[in-house]
Amino acid sequence: MKRRDLLKGISLSSLGLVGLNPQVQAAEIFDPIPASEPDKKDPVFEQFGRTAYEKARDAKLFAEQFFNKHEMQTITVLVDIIIPRDARSGSASDAGVPDFLEFMVKDKPELQTPLRGGLTWLDNQSKKRFANNFIDLSDAERLALVEDMAYPERKKPGMGHGVAFFSLMRNLTASGFWSSKMGIEDIGYQGNTPNQWDGPPEEVIRQYGF
Amino acid sequence: MSDFQIKTAPTVYDVIIIGSGAGGGMAAYELTKAGAKVCLLEAGQHFDPADPEYVTQLKWPYQSPRRGAGTRYRPFGDFDAAYGGWDIEGEPYTTKGDTKFRWFRSRMLGGRTNHWGRISLRFGPQDFKRRSIDGLGEDWPIGYEDVAPFYDDVDRLIGVFGSKENLPNDPDSVFLPPPKPRLHEMMLQQGNKRLGITTIPSRLSILTKPINDERGVCFYCNQCNRACVAYADFSSSSCLCKPASKTKNMDTIYFAMAREVLTDAQTGLATGVSYVDTRTLEEKTVRGKIVILAASACESARLLLNSKSARFPEGLANSSGVVGKYLHDSTGASRGAIVPKLFDRKRYNEDGVGGLHIYSPWWLDNKKLDFPRGYHIEYWGGMGMPAYGFGWGIENTNGMFPDRNGLKREAGGFGASLKDDYRRFYGSYIGMAGRGEAVAREDNYCEIDPEKVDKFGIPVLRFNYTWSDYERLQAKHMHETFEQIIHEMGGIPLGDKPTAEQDYGLNLPGEIIHEVGTVRMGSDPKTSALNKWQQAHDVKNLFVVDAGPFVSQGDKNCTWTILALSMRASRHIVTERKAGKL
Repeated sequence: MKRRDLLKGISLSSLGLVGLNPQVQAAEIFDPIPASEPDKKDPVFEQFGRTAYEKARDAKLFAEQFFNKHEMQTITVLVDIIIPRDARSGSASDAGVPDFLEFMVKDKPELQTPLRGGLTWLDNQSKKRFANNFIDLSDAERLALVEDMAYPERKKPGMGHGVAFFSLMRNLTASGFWSSKMGIEDIGYQGNTPNQWDGPPEEVIRQYGF
Repeated sequence: MSDFQIKTAPTVYDVIIIGSGAGGGMAAYELTKAGAKVCLLEAGQHFDPADPEYVTQLKWPYQSPRRGAGTRYRPFGDFDAAYGGWDIEGEPYTTKGDTKFRWFRSRMLGGRTNHWGRISLRFGPQDFKRRSIDGLGEDWPIGYEDVAPFYDDVDRLIGVFGSKENLPNDPDSVFLPPPKPRLHEMMLQQGNKRLGITTIPSRLSILTKPINDERGVCFYCNQCNRACVAYADFSSSSCLCKPASKTKNMDTIYFAMAREVLTDAQTGLATGVSYVDTRTLEEKTVRGKIVILAASACESARLLLNSKSARFPEGLANSSGVVGKYLHDSTGASRGAIVPKLFDRKRYNEDGVGGLHIYSPWWLDNKKLDFPRGYHIEYWGGMGMPAYGFGWGIENTNGMFPDRNGLKREAGGFGASLKDDYRRFYGSYIGMAGRGEAVAREDNYCEIDPEKVDKFGIPVLRFNYTWSDYERLQAKHMHETFEQIIHEMGGIPLGDKPTAEQDYGLNLPGEIIHEVGTVRMGSDPKTSALNKWQQAHDVKNLFVVDAGPFVSQGDKNCTWTILALSMRASRHIVTERKAGKL
């Protein structure tokens, strides 16, 4: 059901009003839910209540490129190790996480050094241990390196920088994946739509013993 | 010479109001309805949440390239309705010594009412008479009984939901029905009952029933902070400024940054306001018979202190020297938790209204405690819409719990099991925050920085502010309470309880965005700037209707009291004017 119909439904059914003006007006304003994630070059991306200042700033950020091709390739491999495809949904790169990271480092410049430095650190470690850049390693070699970075409590000597970088990558990947259309469907978020709240469903209230 | 002439509009308005937030909006509403010709000066731009150009409501996180992350311009997130923030380009403020003060401003019609949590609490009888109770600070020159009729009218005009509780210092409003609690809120209520912590339906200015045909009703999207397309929540722009404009009795001037209040050298009366057009940096003047300041507690103090003349060398309305002093913000401290019994929850839409459905008003007696003033507790949690920051810090949490097969595993990780952890933990995080009363002190103040100006050439504010043990011990108590609450409802506190060295986790002053007290009212012109009608002792046609006049903060949010007092002052102005006294 479209949001405008839901909203009109609320005015009609539960309030007993034929047309509460602001409610109907609201219904006219809300567009149907976009069918897919907007392309970043599509002006639709700006149509979420931006002021002139924000539109100009976002356009400027989109026009810049921070990560080079090699860095983007490394990011793509890494985010898919963190959130891979499974039976329920696609991988982080399927959900557009690399492009999201490219935008975020420009939006939050404080991320630039930890990420660029972390990626370079990773390649340096890869070369030391396996004589190749991270993206050119075998799956087993990549896994060996990631194992050393992914568990903060292991505190393996000399791996502190890798652990910090990986934690940041994990957190950014989660942000990008779960806030994507794919991620929201996977996690099962049901809201962001007009409705009538009447407490938790009966079966949930029973389940928790209220 | 015409290049240097300051442009003065020919009209002499009955009233000039500076600022369109809660206080200014209410004054505009009351005075235009009474027939006064009003000029409203707003430093920012126009805003109407029902204009598609401004709408952020019901957008998805992926419509924002930063997935809703905050920016300098919208620190509370990319979809938040408030334009401005803590750090506005070209509008600095400074601090002295060890002071760490943060000042949030919104540059738009409706001001900061476009951002706030809609928590709409009346002050209680004790909140006006704290000195009589604990000997600290000052009593107000008015009592609850003076404000109560105006609270009633604000309730009816704007709408607030809640439940009748008959609590001694948390008076009931004229309530609309409250929404039912969410699941985690039911758990909190149950646990808090065992602990003896009063926990009742929240009191928010959101319409759960229609109150007129200008505004719609809540459709439970949880996004009041994005401003409501159906005007189902309160913001000054939608509920006060818009109807005031409709009377045709008001001109609103946008991008008008007030520089100073002008006075007549002979009579000492206010004659108008000089302001800067923020787009052109042109200097302009508007004239009026009455001037009302509603620019926010700190901004109004700044204006008065900057309005110096031979007759008022210490700034306007400041013969007492109190302007800028007794600045205080609510205290704040917070704690998060995870609730294992909520793992793998059944999914359903539990957005609810934009904010908490329950809260805990202050439930103890300070006479039996080692700190003088109370606090209330706000709660959050639930299956919210994912956005930037979702799942952040999972490496601090997932190692605490065995996996689905009951096997212990390591914190952090990656891959299929990590992906599953996010699903499992979704909706099982909760949190709570205390919002308490600080003691108003003369040595917490804002003043004019002797050197620095903003980009409009207006001298900026410099803040001097420290917390005392009154606030630190209160925050300590908050954190002890938070842990009790979390344990009792079956949760596990996250992070560490802050220590004495960390001021027990107190937020920085200013961060709660409840600054009050800088132009305080009182009966004695030697110790107060305004009389009990919020009229300057020194300048009878000058009023202040933001939170500057507050003598003390209360353990409540200040907006509902700003509204009631602004309504009271505005009606007094109408009465006095009709009687020929103004």
